[in-house]
Amino acid sequence: MSESDIPEGSKEIRCIICPTGCLVHVENINGELIIEGHSCKRGEVYAREEFVAPKRILTTTIRVENGFLPLIPVRSDKPLPKERLQEALKQIAITKIKAPIKMGELLIKNVLGLNANIIASRDLIEAL
Amino acid sequence: MNSYEVDVVVIGGGSAGLAAAIVVQKAGLDVLILERDKELGGITLQCIHNGFGLHEFEEELTGPEYVQRFINQVKEMNIPYKLDTMVIEFTPEKTVYAVNSEEGVLEVKTKAIILAMGCREKTRGAINMPGFRPAGIYTAGQAQRFVNIEGYLPGRSYVILGSGDIGMIMARRLTWEGCQVKAVVEILPYVSGLIRNQVQCLEDYGIPLITSYTVTKIHGVDRLKGLTISKVDRNFDRVIGSEKFIECDTLLLSVGLIPENELTREAGAKISEMGGPVIDNNLETTIEGVFACGNVLQVHDLVDLVTAEARRAGLNAIEYVKERYSKEIGKKTHIKCNAGENVKYIKPDLINKANLSNDIIFTFRVKRPDRRIQIQFKDENNKVLYKKKRRYVIPSEMIELKLNLNELKIDSKCKNIEVEVIPRPEALIEED
Repeated sequence: MSESDIPEGSKEIRCIICPTGCLVHVENINGELIIEGHSCKRGEVYAREEFVAPKRILTTTIRVENGFLPLIPVRSDKPLPKERLQEALKQIAITKIKAPIKMGELLIKNVLGLNANIIASRDLIEAL
Repeated sequence: MNSYEVDVVVIGGGSAGLAAAIVVQKAGLDVLILERDKELGGITLQCIHNGFGLHEFEEELTGPEYVQRFINQVKEMNIPYKLDTMVIEFTPEKTVYAVNSEEGVLEVKTKAIILAMGCREKTRGAINMPGFRPAGIYTAGQAQRFVNIEGYLPGRSYVILGSGDIGMIMARRLTWEGCQVKAVVEILPYVSGLIRNQVQCLEDYGIPLITSYTVTKIHGVDRLKGLTISKVDRNFDRVIGSEKFIECDTLLLSVGLIPENELTREAGAKISEMGGPVIDNNLETTIEGVFACGNVLQVHDLVDLVTAEARRAGLNAIEYVKERYSKEIGKKTHIKCNAGENVKYIKPDLINKANLSNDIIFTFRVKRPDRRIQIQFKDENNKVLYKKKRRYVIPSEMIELKLNLNELKIDSKCKNIEVEVIPRPEALIEED
């Protein structure tokens, strides 16, 4: 990642690695990241990632037209950029699929062009 | 009445029941799972968020993915199960009575029983919340089922009472579904769930966490219109004049879980203070040949630990059927385990002196958060048997310790041990 991709300014990030919950100060000073307040290496790595490009696994549901249940739980197979989650959720919300579905089945390919897929979290048979 | 005979009956087909049934069938015994829902999987199926499986599979899975792996294994192994089947009674002689719409009442005669019924949520009644009873008040898990399984939203604008993990995860889930979560209100001065969930479910979405407050008035007659919340003091009494009104149409309660032990109690097993059955180090209840595992025994924070406990219950049930069933058993002598300073409860409740040479898995929770502490086991003469340092303890993290009391040279006359979580002596703090 080049220097220009690092966000400007500073941020207080609460570390989630362990219950100590250190408050880590991250600051971009002329392209160099100053990280302070963490008490372990894992915390430093987390704070850096969270400052530069926070990502989350997205877990939600998709409507199923003829399923044993009306919804199937789904997830992204890779973490998505945090700021794109709402957009991805909107696309998932207008999607409808048909049973039967197997766990791991690819339901939405390359969601929003983010190089991640939406996959099924369980098996779902057709309505009895 | 249809009558069946098997070696082991597993009551409940959730994460605990499935794992227990798999080990029992692998040992060559006949097992039958009785499940009251219309599919196997239990509550893990509605926990669609990720974070499961790090211990068991060394990867991060969603709840459904985790439990699907066990369902698949049960089906591949042709383990028999009955769905839509509610157990209504079991006897100390180990006959299980159940009911379903196809067979009516049925009986299963068995040699051992594994209890895996899970737990249920505390409701409004359990926390004595006064006032009108409008629509729009649900438990968090009930709302989770509506949103994730049934496909309904129970409301549009929410307040969540209780900052346990389920409550915080529901706050994010509802936000993602386009609802507004006005606040998470917590009676304690600190968050009850994991920091991870506080950050990723509340702070990420700007949802306020209001600590040392509770709901003191329900507004609305037909439908909830809003809540009055009040600050509480150290004794949890409300502080007059601190009231705030929050407009909302739905209140979710995430105020604790209770092991579901009506069957266990009616069968005559002893129940401990926290609601789970009294068990020994083999997970055996006070009824011989009846074992308990998962959330029916104690509320766990990780399903991975439920799976591990269920396997132990399964192995002990196998051992019982093969070695002890139908044999005259002499009176057992026990060491009682007691919760001391800053310990809410400890499992097992009893240690069978006959198998002291085995490793014993102790699980317990603290009452309040603390740092730089020492976990200490003492006998009745205050002799310290074992001690271990820890950087922090919090009530939401169950502590598990595997110990061998024989190695600890426990006195043969000992009848009681106590576990306590105490501040470390000054010298130890310096070492940190």
